[in-house]
Amino acid sequence: MIYEPTVARLTYRALLGRRRAAVLFVLPALLIAIAVAVRLLTGADDQIASDVLGGFAIATMIPLIGVIAGTGAIGPEIDDGSIVYLLAKPVKRPTIIFTKLIVAIAVTMAFSAIPTFVAGMILNGNGGQIAIAYTVAALVASVAYSAIFLLLGTVTRHAVVFGLVYALVWETLFGSLVPGARTLSVQQWALSLAERIGENGAITSDVALPTAVVLLVAVTAAATWYAGQKLRTLTLAGEE
Amino acid sequence: MTTIDIDHTSRWFGNVVAVNDVTMRVGPGVTGLLGPNGAGKSTLINMMGGFLAPSTGTVTLDGKPIWRNEAVYKEIGIVPEREAMYDFLTGREFVVANAELHGLTAGAAQQALATVEMEYAQDRKIATYSKGMRQRVKMASALVHDPSVLLLDEPFNGMDPRQRMQLMDLLRRMGAEGRTVLFSSHILEEVEQLASHIEVIVAGRHAASGDFRKIRRLMTDRPHRYLVRSSDDRALAAALIADPSTAGIEVDVTEGALRIQAVDFGRFTALLPQVARAHGIRLLTVSPSDESLESVFSYLVAA
Repeated sequence: MIYEPTVARLTYRALLGRRRAAVLFVLPALLIAIAVAVRLLTGADDQIASDVLGGFAIATMIPLIGVIAGTGAIGPEIDDGSIVYLLAKPVKRPTIIFTKLIVAIAVTMAFSAIPTFVAGMILNGNGGQIAIAYTVAALVASVAYSAIFLLLGTVTRHAVVFGLVYALVWETLFGSLVPGARTLSVQQWALSLAERIGENGAITSDVALPTAVVLLVAVTAAATWYAGQKLRTLTLAGEE
Repeated sequence: MTTIDIDHTSRWFGNVVAVNDVTMRVGPGVTGLLGPNGAGKSTLINMMGGFLAPSTGTVTLDGKPIWRNEAVYKEIGIVPEREAMYDFLTGREFVVANAELHGLTAGAAQQALATVEMEYAQDRKIATYSKGMRQRVKMASALVHDPSVLLLDEPFNGMDPRQRMQLMDLLRRMGAEGRTVLFSSHILEEVEQLASHIEVIVAGRHAASGDFRKIRRLMTDRPHRYLVRSSDDRALAAALIADPSTAGIEVDVTEGALRIQAVDFGRFTALLPQVARAHGIRLLTVSPSDESLESVFSYLVAA
C-alpha cells in the first residue's frame, strides 16, 4: 500500500473545511477548560487528574473525534458521489483507503493526543506519569478508532450514527454494565498501555497488555483491509 | 482505436431489471445513447465506467474487463451526471488534483482547462460555478490524461443553448480525432445533432441501433394516433378510411370524437385538411394522442 499525496490533500481539506470540523475544535477546548477549572478548584491531584483524563478525554472525546475524522474522511464523498473522481483513476483502491486512514489518524491524534497531554500537564504537571500515559493511550486509540470508523464510513451511509452508538453506547454504557464487553473496547485496549506507563496504579484497564496489543493491531489491519476490498466493489448506483 | 464491448449484459437491482440482455459495441466517433428517463442509460454507463458490476454478461474495453480493473482509467475519461464535486476547491485546484491522480503535472491540467475554455474562472471556488461551468470543469477533469474513451452521462442537462453548442463542438472534435465518445440523452434532437451513431435503450432493452436517419425514420414511420373532432365525424371517417394512409378509425361515441390510427405520417397530415374541405366538414380538434417520448420509444421496442 502506498500513500497518495493528492488523495491526502483532498481528504484534509474536506475534513477540516466542513462544518462538522467545529466539533474537532470544541471538544479539546472543553477538555482544556475542564482541566483548568478542576486544577483551580481542587489543586493538583493524581487521582482526579486520572479521572478527568480517563472519564472525559479517553472515554468521550477521543471516540467522538475518531467518529468525525474516520467517517468524515470518506463518508461524505461516497454519499454525494464525488468519490467517483478518485475512483476513476489508475490508483489502487486500497491505496485510497490507506491514505485516508493516515489522514484520519493524523487528524484524530492531533485533536485528541495533544489536548490530552496539555490537559494532563494542567491537571497535575505529569505527576505519576499520568499526562504521558493518557497521551500514549490517546495516540493508540486514535489509530484503532480511525480504522474502525473509516470502515464504517465506507460500508454504510449511516456511519456517524453507528459510530456514535459504538462510541457512546457500547464503549461507555454497555462497557460499564457488562464486564465482558470491555474486552472488546478500543478504550480498554488503549488504557492497558496507559496502565503500564502510569505510576502507583492510577490507571487501570480490564484487558491484559498482550491481548490489548494483539487486538489493536488485528482490528486496525482487518478494518483497513476490508475497507479497501469494499471500495474495490463500491457500487455507485445511478439516479434513475 | 478503442472499443467498448457490451456482451449479453444484464443488471438488476433486487427484483428490478435495469438493463436487460444488452449487446452493443461502442467504437471511435460520437455515439449517442438515447432513451427516456429511467430506461437504464445511467446503469449502462456506470457499467462501462466500472462503477457497477454486470449481473450477467461482460463489459470490456479492448477485450479487458472494466469491473474491478483500475488500469482501464488510463484510457477512460468519465463525466458523471451527478453535480457533486469538491466544491471547496477552485476549478484549477480540482483539475490539477485530477491530473496528479493520473501521475501528470499541472501543465496537463492547464491544457484541459484551456480546451474547455474555463481559464477565465479557474481561480474561483467550484461552489460559485453555474451548472454549465461545472459541466465544463468536469469535462476538463475527464480530459486531463488525454483519454481515448470519453463517457458522459446526460452532459447537456441544464445547459443553456450557448453552452450546449460549445460542448457539442468540443465532443464533435473529440470524435473526429478518433476518440470513442459516448453520451447519454433523453432528447432525440440533441442526439441527432451530435451523434453519427445512435443506440436506443428503452425499459432496459436495446431497442434500436444505427445512424440517426435510420432512427428518425423508425420514429416517424410508426403508426400515429390522432383524436379528431369535426362537424360530421362519420362522414369524415368514411372519407379517410378510403385512403391507404389510415389503418383504422374508431368512432368514440362517449367522447364525441374520432380516434384515427395513421400509418403514413406525412401523407395523413396532408390528407386530413384536404378531405375535410372537399366534404365541407369543419375540423374542430386535431390532436396527436400519443406523442409522448415514452410511446415513441415503446414503439421502437416493439419494432
